Parts: sequence; structure tokens; C-alpha cells
Amino acid sequence: MTTGRQNLARRSGSDVKTVYDVQEIRADFPILHQTVRGKPLIYLDNAATSQKPKAVLEAVNHFYTHDNSNVHRGVHVLSERATRAFEQARLRARQFINAPEAREIIFVRGSTEGVNLVAQTYGRQNVGPGDEILISTLEHHSNIVPWQMLCEEKQARLRVIPINDEGEILLDEYEKLLSEKTKLVAMIHVSNSLGTINPVRRVVELAHLRGVPVLLDGAQAAPHLKIDVQELGCDFYTISGHKMFGPTGIGVLYGRTELLDAMPPYQGGGEMIRSVSFEKTTYNQLPHKFEAGTPNISGAVGLGAAMNYISSIGYEAIAAHEHDLLEYATAQLTSIPKVRLVGTARQKASVISFTIEGVHAHDVGTILDQDGIAVRAGHHCTQPLMERLGLDATARASFAFYNTREEVDALVEGVHRVIEVFD
Amino acid sequence: MSDLRDLYQEMILDHCKRPRNFHKLEEASTCAEGHNPLCGDRFTVYLNIKDGVVEDASFQGGGCAISTASASMMTESLKGKTITEVQDLFQKFHKLLTSESDSQEGAPDLGKLLVFSGVREFPVRVKCATLAWHTLRAALEEGLKTVTTE
Repeated sequence: MTTGRQNLARRSGSDVKTVYDVQEIRADFPILHQTVRGKPLIYLDNAATSQKPKAVLEAVNHFYTHDNSNVHRGVHVLSERATRAFEQARLRARQFINAPEAREIIFVRGSTEGVNLVAQTYGRQNVGPGDEILISTLEHHSNIVPWQMLCEEKQARLRVIPINDEGEILLDEYEKLLSEKTKLVAMIHVSNSLGTINPVRRVVELAHLRGVPVLLDGAQAAPHLKIDVQELGCDFYTISGHKMFGPTGIGVLYGRTELLDAMPPYQGGGEMIRSVSFEKTTYNQLPHKFEAGTPNISGAVGLGAAMNYISSIGYEAIAAHEHDLLEYATAQLTSIPKVRLVGTARQKASVISFTIEGVHAHDVGTILDQDGIAVRAGHHCTQPLMERLGLDATARASFAFYNTREEVDALVEGVHRVIEVFD
Repeated sequence: MSDLRDLYQEMILDHCKRPRNFHKLEEASTCAEGHNPLCGDRFTVYLNIKDGVVEDASFQGGGCAISTASASMMTESLKGKTITEVQDLFQKFHKLLTSESDSQEGAPDLGKLLVFSGVREFPVRVKCATLAWHTLRAALEEGLKTVTTE
């Protein structure tokens, strides 16, 4: 069966410039074609999780229907197939983020586990009393709490790079915070709450001038931006499959070989060992050292399919379409007097946080839901950021490459209805 | 939209915009703070209890329309009630929001609070409507504790 997307991919393989056909893309996402509460679903909660194209669903289904077995060490055909599928997904991920080597791709549950892995291994090995870890005000709780836990254990200090009112980190303040005490910088690449794209290349440069390694949390970047870990120069990078049109429960931690090699294992168990006796265990080589237990094989297969799908559209086309949606929605929403946009960085991904005067974000969410519009309302797992902005909560519309201008219009209409109800 | 109008009834919107008893109670005999970390709603409920009767009740804090209106109308409904009556009201209100059936059991006692029956259709919002009530219960327990330790 050929999907519309595959047709487009074939066409774009030639020099013929293809027109971005959003309806053709939507045809690849079965879930989008339904009504909720009697209205066509308008899914604008992509920063929480994204929907999955048929290609991903079929890849997962195919794996379980034909190839399911445990990976590595099996001597039978199915195990060989499963191992090949799993390791091919690793090769695909390496290529996708342009990591130098496949063994630098560690499969994890998602960005959260990636950060925890680094905190519990690299962190515990390298951070001591009086040392400092630098994060930014924009961080998701997943890039705050693991470091707090580490700092508490090691009597180290967590320091926070401030932001301006637009939601941009202050680079000069960041430079001042970097010192010989700094052992690691951990930063979100794209803010899940505000959409801010952080100047991560500069952040890495400045840290490296002082020999400080940098972890970037790319959970929100991968659905929107081409990731090239070599170009970014970062030491660790994390992504979550489900934010980038793949399955939940799978993600990637990229780490530079020399750092990963020197790190102790994260969890003990099968797969991560070379030999075990009751006296001593020697650990397996990379990447298996960090992958104890049976991994999420079908998840990795699905993630590989998601990466293929994204590549078939191309980040350039995605960025152009999403930029158009962002500009359009920004203009429409700012024209409503009672609406205030939260987060107006110059460099933004297609995420719009907003508040409506006199209306709590949860009421906004409930009323929009009555129109079939899914947005998120709350603190978006960034309580310290909300506190910095003086807010309890915002409503957040986050767009993916399958959203349309018509959906923005429906959102705007919905916002008017919210204002009407509370008038 | 009918469900929506059930949820955001005029009375609820009125109490959200002009919450009653919205102040600190200086002579409170007990108070408690309630917080829903999921949405950031936060209320303090103040009670002045004399001889087992709620003489006055008030609240402070902020949250969504449902939680604010619920807190406001709750404080109105408490005055003059005995602690046992308040506990009974808590149970009835809780049942109104969480029971599967459309039963109007306990309806006469709930009075105006029945406007919250629409919340039942919005399961994720039940916590909003009950936050102030759980805070009330914590305040009562705090009050009893204080009484017994004295």
C-alpha cells in the first residue's frame, strides 16, 4: 500500500519542487480524522505528545506480527530479525541526529530517562561538594529535579541562568555563572512552555571554553528542527520518540564516546554485562553497557519509522509550514484585546502560550475542548518558569506539521467563545 | 454547548467574578491550606467555630472558575451549621460530583450547591470543585486536633 506521504517522498527525491500539501500529510494520520464532542478534532497539544503516522503504526504492528523475539544472543531466525530491526533503528537514529558513531546512541524511555541516566552516572562520578550545575529558568521539571537530587546527594549547587520577560535566556548572565566550579550545563533546546529556541550553539561554545560539558534536552526540538549533534558540539543530547511522531516509552540519549566510556553503568541486569560471577561482573561495551534488561524493541522500530517519516517531508518544509502557522496564530491571537501571549522570543518553535484576562487557563481548556480543540492548560511541568513569569498557568497551543490555518481560525473562534462565556 | 452551560452556569460565573467571603478571617479558630499541584489552584479556608457551630467562614487564594465559585458558595453554605452538619454536607456534595447516577439524593440539603452537578460531566474538573471542600475538612480536623490538645 502506498500512502500519500510516500508519493510525496518519491517526488521530492527528484529536483521537482513539491508543494507542501498539508491534507496529503493529514491523510497519513488516522487519529486526526475523528470527531470529538460532535466536532472535528483539532489537535493542538503536540508539545505534550504528537500523533503517529500510519508508517509508525504499521512498523510496530509489522514487528509484532512477523519479527517479535528478544534481541541479541538468540540463535534462531526471529531473534536475528528482531536484533537486526533494533540495531537498524540505532543506525537510523545515529544518522538522524548525525552522531559520529552508532554506539553513542543509547536507547532510553525518553528524554527524562536520558537526563536521569547522565545525572546518576556522569553526575555522580564527576560532581562533588561545592561544585555547580547550571540549568536555565526555562527548564522542564525533567531537567531540574534529577540535578536537584544529585546536588542534594553531593552537596553541590544548582544554579539557574535567568531569562528576560520575552522568555529568552540572558547569555551575559550565563557567562558570568560559568566558573571553575561548573561541572555541567544542562539546558532545554526548545522550551516546551514558551517555544523559545535557545542559542544552544553559543551556550556550548561558551561552556567548552571553560572545559565544561553540555547536555541538551531536545525533546521539543526534534519535532521541529534538524538536529546535528556534531554541529551543535554538545556532549549529551536527549530526544523522546513520542514527541516526534513515534511511540511512547522510547527515546535516545546521545553521548560522546569518551564520556560514555568513562561513565559507570546506570542500571544493572541482563544485556549490560560481558561476564558475571558472584565475585565480579565485567560490563558490556557501548551502547549495551547502558541498556540493562530487554529494551523497548518495538518502540525503537517505531522511532526509526518516525524518523524516516520526518525525513520524507524534510525539516525545511516542516519549518516553513510551522513558521507560517506560528506567525498566523500569533497575529490572530494578539489582535484579541483580552489575550496576552506569554513567551515572545525572537527565535521560536510553533508553540503559543497565552492567557485570557480574567479567565483561568483550565477554564479556557475546558471550553475549547467543547469545540473539539485540544490544548494544554497548566504549568506545563515548568513551575519555576511560571513563577518567574508571575503566572499560575497558561493555555498552550502547540502546532505540528499536520496542523492547518483553518485550525488556527477555529482556535481563535474558540478563544472568542471563552471570552463570551466569561463576559 | 449545552454541557458547557451546565458547567459554567450564571451562578458559578457570578461567584467566580465576585467571590463571597473572600478575605482572611482574623478571628478564625482554625484554618487550612489546600493546593492542587496539577493546576496550581491554592486556597486557604478559615473557620470560626464556637460551641461546635460554624459562626463564620471565609477563604483566600486563587484558581479556576469552578474552584473559586465552589469555595465561595461553600463558605456561604457553612454559616450556622454544626460540625456534624458540615461533615454531612461534605459527603453529600462529594457524592453529587462523583456518583454515576443522576440521583438527587441529598438534594434538599445541598440547595444552591446543586449548580455543581454539571461538573460530573467533566471528570477532570471534579478536583477543581472539591478542592475547597477538602481544605474545609482539613481545617475541621485541624480544629478538632487543637481542641483535643488543649
